[in-house]
Amino acid sequence: MKKLIIASIFSLITLFSFSQSSDKNTNLPSINIKTLDGQTFNTQNITNDGKPVIISFWALWCKPCKKELDAFNENIEDWQDETGVKIFAISIDDSRSTAKVMPFVSGKDWEFDVLLDPNGDFKRAMNVNMIPHTFLLDGDGKIVYQHTSYYEGGEFDLYELVKKVANGEDIKVKH
Amino acid sequence: MKKLIALLLLGTTFWLSAEAQVSDFLQRSQVHGSFQVDGQFYRPDEALGITDSLINGRKIGLNGFGNIIYSLGKFSAGIRYEAYLTPIAGFDPLLDGSGFPNMWASYNDDRFSITVGSFYEQFGNGLVLRTYEEWSLGYDNSINGIRVTYEPVKGVIFKGVYGTQRFFWDKYEKNDRGIVRGLDGEFNFNDMFSSFENSKIRLILGGSMVSKYQIDANPIYNLPENVASFAGRAIIGFGKFNISTEYAYKINDPSAVNNYIYKEGQAFIASASYSTKGLGLFAQFKRIDNFSFKSDRDVTVNALDISYLPAITEAHTYALTSMYPYATQPNGEIGFQLQLNYKVPKKSRLGGKYGMGIAVNYAQVNDIDHQQVNDTTFVNQRGTLGYKSDFFKFSDHVFYSDLNIEIDKKFNRKWKGIFQYIYQTYDIATIEGHPGEPIVKSHIFVADITHKFTTKQSLRGELQGLWTKEDMGNWTAILLEYTVSPHWFVSLTDQWNYGNPIVEDQIHYFSASFGYTRKATRVQFTYGRQREGIVCVGGVCRQVPASSGLSFTITTNF
Repeated sequence: MKKLIIASIFSLITLFSFSQSSDKNTNLPSINIKTLDGQTFNTQNITNDGKPVIISFWALWCKPCKKELDAFNENIEDWQDETGVKIFAISIDDSRSTAKVMPFVSGKDWEFDVLLDPNGDFKRAMNVNMIPHTFLLDGDGKIVYQHTSYYEGGEFDLYELVKKVANGEDIKVKH
Repeated sequence: MKKLIALLLLGTTFWLSAEAQVSDFLQRSQVHGSFQVDGQFYRPDEALGITDSLINGRKIGLNGFGNIIYSLGKFSAGIRYEAYLTPIAGFDPLLDGSGFPNMWASYNDDRFSITVGSFYEQFGNGLVLRTYEEWSLGYDNSINGIRVTYEPVKGVIFKGVYGTQRFFWDKYEKNDRGIVRGLDGEFNFNDMFSSFENSKIRLILGGSMVSKYQIDANPIYNLPENVASFAGRAIIGFGKFNISTEYAYKINDPSAVNNYIYKEGQAFIASASYSTKGLGLFAQFKRIDNFSFKSDRDVTVNALDISYLPAITEAHTYALTSMYPYATQPNGEIGFQLQLNYKVPKKSRLGGKYGMGIAVNYAQVNDIDHQQVNDTTFVNQRGTLGYKSDFFKFSDHVFYSDLNIEIDKKFNRKWKGIFQYIYQTYDIATIEGHPGEPIVKSHIFVADITHKFTTKQSLRGELQGLWTKEDMGNWTAILLEYTVSPHWFVSLTDQWNYGNPIVEDQIHYFSASFGYTRKATRVQFTYGRQREGIVCVGGVCRQVPASSGLSFTITTNF
């Protein structure tokens, strides 16, 4: 009898612990990449306190990528004031030029986080075929939109979606 | 009664828990993937020397892949399908075929992970081990085997790998290629010691050991069956300065690439940078000495590389600037590069309203010093110790040099531009293996102007010129590209070899492209001529023959 009750309580605890484990605040894979100064950074730390996140894959050899990030940089102050969005630019430059990324970013005066994915581990886990490739995450860390390539003005299309996500709208249905 | 209640309670919780687990299982299960198909329809083009007999009925080249990744919490697994039916011109004919070259499963805990199947890994800068995949080159040297990573305490990561490398479609069979084994450790002092945590000095040290085992079946030479290599690296940061360096050593490894000499190999890279708001300075030194490291000593094609020897020259992207790309010479090179990135501030006289970006890069790569090992042996003689070399000495033989100045400026809300000037010298005899041809010295100029009509519509034009007295002489190129964000683009390009000393080779390479993108799906068509050239990504290059016809790419991701 006692055993039965204990078993019930035990399975109830399992039930709760299970439902809790699915509350994790990100749906990103767990991959170790690097910060610009060589520290290890796990991609599950790409979060923003319940606010939207933009992840953009780029490289030094990719002109449209740099144009897109320049365009983000021009608008980032306004965007952050209005929606609290955070941008993570993931460089997939390999060891030929990983050491050049930090001085390049300084020279560009970009005001968002830049991370290094020198062997494409994060890129592969996110199924990125071509760059620029941009993801938009909602406050729960779920990918709600993604886009490959960049054309002039593309940043405004993306920002319209950022605003909707920041307001809690479900954009997955409409797009 | 009590028993019944208890049983009911138990039954309900089990049912609830099972239900929850199933829905939880479904909820947490994720399936993602991507697909891509690149295709080309060839047509004969007499001016390019492409005839019906050359095409020989193979009118279509098609490269495609599909990738599926499944994940559930700490578990993930993936499978990859590839088809080259037949490979697009310029890809290795050994790729011809289709199948599943890549399958893997992985368990990833906070501190521990294990992967079985095909995997990609890089130790440090990759000097002693890097496996990677580059679709645009048809390159994949993944290891099929086991990888384990372990993080005993914060700031310390150990990795171990064991397996055999992919060689196109050939499945590993006993002794048909080497077995690769590697260990790597990395120590981040700022994470390991709490007293170091807020230090201004940041220090990361790492070390690797990689060895390959391949039997010696050579009838003439007695070859090492176990070839070991070692590497040590450091990343040091203090304030705005950052230094990164790695040295690698390999025991003697006679191979088809180094002409079967019994010399040990060395590789060294050191770079230093200074970064502050609006300014970045960068300097790098590199020396490679007999460091080709493949898991089959008899292979010379682009495959089975264990080591990765990055080129330290700037990777150019415009059509004419990438006409003469440099590729690392694994048997020996010594070089350096210097770079400046500066943003002229907004609202200054030169910067104007939006500021102006300036980037200058100079890179030079020479041959290393070679001296005879003794009077009776000539340099690089097969079956000998090969040569002696002074570590820091540059030989007079310059493989490549490149001065590159780039300015980018936004003039107003409607107009912006990028302007680039390059002076390049390229030892075509060594790099492309055309003995006797003179060094190609070229001046290259690019203007890339964008005009925005509305927030969504813009027109971009490129005007490029390449002036040289050598090789094929002068070139000019023009491009017009009209884009409607975020979906459409259409472009026209013409590259014209107007200065070719052979008049009938003064060819126009005209092509038109059209593309549509929706979310992560992109479709692109190009019709026209493609010039012969070299496509390089990272350290690997691929020779692309001239072609004519229609090509397309379809890519998507879910």
